Parts: sequence; C-alpha cells; structure tokens
Amino acid sequence: MARDDKLNGSNGTAANGVAVNGSGAKAPQAANGTANGASQDDYGNQEYIVRARGVTRMYDVGGQPVHALRGIDLDIRRGEYISIMGPSGSGKSTLFNMIGGLDKPTEGTVFIDEVDMAQLDAFELAWLRCRKIGYIFQTFNLIPVMTALENITLPMIFAGASTDEQLERGRELLEQVGIGHRMNNKPSQLSGGQQQRVAIARSLANQPAIILADEPTGNLDQKTGKEIIELLKRLNRESGVTIITATHDDKMLDVSDRIVWVSDGKIEKVKRREEVDITLGTLEGSVH
Amino acid sequence: MAVAGPAPKIERQISLPFNQALKIAMRNITIRLGRALITGAGTMLGIAFLMSVFTGTLVQQARGTAIAPEQLSKNTWLVVMSLLVSVVGITNSMLMNVTERYKEIGTMKCLGALDNFIVRLFLLESGVLGFFGSLTGALIGALFMLLTGIGVLGRLNWVQLLIYLGICVGIGTVLSIVAAIPPAWRAANMHPADAMRTEI
Repeated sequence: MARDDKLNGSNGTAANGVAVNGSGAKAPQAANGTANGASQDDYGNQEYIVRARGVTRMYDVGGQPVHALRGIDLDIRRGEYISIMGPSGSGKSTLFNMIGGLDKPTEGTVFIDEVDMAQLDAFELAWLRCRKIGYIFQTFNLIPVMTALENITLPMIFAGASTDEQLERGRELLEQVGIGHRMNNKPSQLSGGQQQRVAIARSLANQPAIILADEPTGNLDQKTGKEIIELLKRLNRESGVTIITATHDDKMLDVSDRIVWVSDGKIEKVKRREEVDITLGTLEGSVH
Repeated sequence: MAVAGPAPKIERQISLPFNQALKIAMRNITIRLGRALITGAGTMLGIAFLMSVFTGTLVQQARGTAIAPEQLSKNTWLVVMSLLVSVVGITNSMLMNVTERYKEIGTMKCLGALDNFIVRLFLLESGVLGFFGSLTGALIGALFMLLTGIGVLGRLNWVQLLIYLGICVGIGTVLSIVAAIPPAWRAANMHPADAMRTEI
C-alpha cells in the first residue's frame, strides 16, 4: 500500500506540473518544437512522459526481416495532446503499441515516465498498462457482457480498489463523460458515441498518466466524432492527462498540440498545431 | 522509477479477487447460455452414463446377483470412451469461445489483466459448467437406474450411492477444468496488441 500511495503521489504531481503547462498556453510547447530527435542530453528530465530513442522494430515474416520502425526519436511532454498520423504500413501502429507497452523495441529504448520498457517483466508491464496507461480503441472494445459501470470498474478491480471506491469513482467518471444516466446499460444498448464515452471513462479509471487513443473517432459520424474530440480535449485540459492519438481526423489535428507524421518506419516531420493550421489543406491530400 | 521494483510486489498490486472472477465467469456463462448448455450437456451425458454404471452395480448387488467380469470391463471401456468424448467436446467448445472473445481478452490485457487472470477466468467458467453439468448428469443417471431396480430400493447401499454421486461430480468438474486448459492457455498467450487491430 505504501507503494501505492507513493505512486498516487507522483501522479498528483504530474497533474499539477501539467496544469502549469496547460495554462502557460503555447510557450512551453514552442520550446519543445525541436525536442524530437535533437535533445539527447535531457535524459532524466521529468518533463517528458514518453521518450523514445533510436527505436527500431524488426519482424520476421516468413524468414524475411521486415523493418516496421527504423530509428524513431520522439519526446512527448506531460500533458501534451499529440496526434500521430501515417498511412497503414507506415509503422504508426507499431510505434503506438510501443508507447502503450504492448510491444518492445528490437533496438533502442522507450521510456515511459522515466521507466525503460525493455527492463520490465510481464507483471510490471501489466501494472503499467493498468495504472499508467489508458487505452481507447477505434471499435470501443467494451466487454459486451458487462454494464457501462462494470466496464469502468474492471480496471479498478485489477488495481485492487475496494468496491465502494470502484462504484464511487465509476459513477463520477460516467458523470464526467456525460452518460451518468446510462450506467446500467450494456454496450449493445448504447450508441457508438456513448460506447466511446464509456471507453474514455474506462481509460481514466486508474488515473493514468497517458491515454492512448487509436483512431477514436474512426467508427463515429462527424458530429459524434467532434463531441468525442472535445471531450478528450477537455479531459486533457482539466486533468492534465497526456493524450496520444493515432488519427486521420482533421478535427483531431485541430485540437492537438503537436502532430507527428510517420512514414516508412521513420518520423517524417513533427509540427505544432499553429504551423499546421496554415497548411492543413495541402497536407490532407498527401496524408491519405 | 516508481515501476521498477521486484516482481512479487507488483504481482500483489494487480489482483483479481476470486469472487470477482467468479462473477465474471458466471456472467459469461449466462450470457451465452445456449452454448453453455450444449457444453454442459456433453459433460452431463458422459457423467450420467458413469453414474448409471455405478448405480447399476449397486442395484445388482441389492438384488444379490453377481456382475459378470466381462460386463464390468466392457462398461469401464464405454465409460472411459464417453468421458473422453465429453472432454474433447469441452475443449472444442472452449476453443471456439476463445476465438470469439479474442478482442475481449486483448482488451482485458490492455486494461492490466495478467495472463493468469485470463487462465483463471476460462478455467472457472469451464469448472462451473462442469460442476452443474455433472451434478445434473449424476442425478439423471442415478434416477434412471434406480427406476430399473425399483423393487430392491430398500436393500440398496444408499451411502455408497452418495459416494458415487460425489465421485461423479468430482470427475466431471475436474475433467471440465482439464479440458479447458489448452484453450485458456491459448487465450492467455495472445498478444494484447491484437486487441488494437480492428479487423479480427
């Protein structure tokens, strides 16, 4: 339990640190514009929640080595809202899985909250996925046999929260994402947008430092997608959680602090939102 | 460096209490009741046969007739075969279950479930099905054979019958759990990243 408290404490400071970042508007982000790949010296800098250095990932497909990633350097600040773009086969998903602790690099290192992923065993990885990272999927991936509330409390069960805590926080989160009235409904009784809201609430269950959203608006109509994006942005602003999305949605790019383009296993470019706003029209064509 | 600690501590931090696991397993059974009943029916039939052989022996003993040894070995052979068939049936049904719930399992792993949580959930599910299936089967098998020996019920060794009933339920439950080990293993070893993939 002592460890627990310590961890919660560090979460708390993370949120505080981020709140400062957020209110400091664009200034810190601007300073970070060059952080990608350039700053090898800032190891140990608490500012970054994710740091990837020289990450390569090789798969063996029928005896043929396939390079999914060919040396990725990427720094993501606490409280940042990042969008990763790239066509399928670009290595975007692999990079995404790496940040999410779902895959390990062949070479190079990925630090999540100052912890080298390669050093973690199965238990520690599970712990990381449970406490530090919240996942949101394109297809919502709610457990179909559980109600909205039960879906949200599941990660809390894994984290060892008491039943009272689970219910209280579960209800709170459902209210926060605006579907408190549907808490006893099964996913099949909810619309896509509502399901995604439940999924967002679930990703926040254990107060993670990072939310990984894989095409969260991919299965939603424009209007619902916009609502979901606004919700994510609001959570990012209010709780200071770092949000990393893989997306093709222009609306998502609009709320992002930075946008990362991945192509052919490398980072093609990283731009701040202000820079992209100007060129969005032309980029749109080249990205799809 | 909050995360980098010895593994046992971490293990304690991620937990799935038995009652919660049982709740989830029961939910999975009731939601797919049709298939669960079919899986359970396999166990039920196998165990009903076993129990009927046991009861038949008791009835014959009560009648005072000796059982021919070749009859006994033939029965044993048939019982073993029928139980094997049930085991294969359960394994098959659970494998199907795993394939169907691929995404769900991956999601659970993304939410921080350890491999052994997944194994536990599947074994529990199969164990619960096996328990109820074999209990029903044992009762049916016993009842059926008792009807054939209705005249000698007073002389029947009822204590032995109860022991047989317990043995049958035990065998049924254990076999169901054993049959679910390969599918549960497969489920637990799937990669959580697969849940991220949309086209499964």
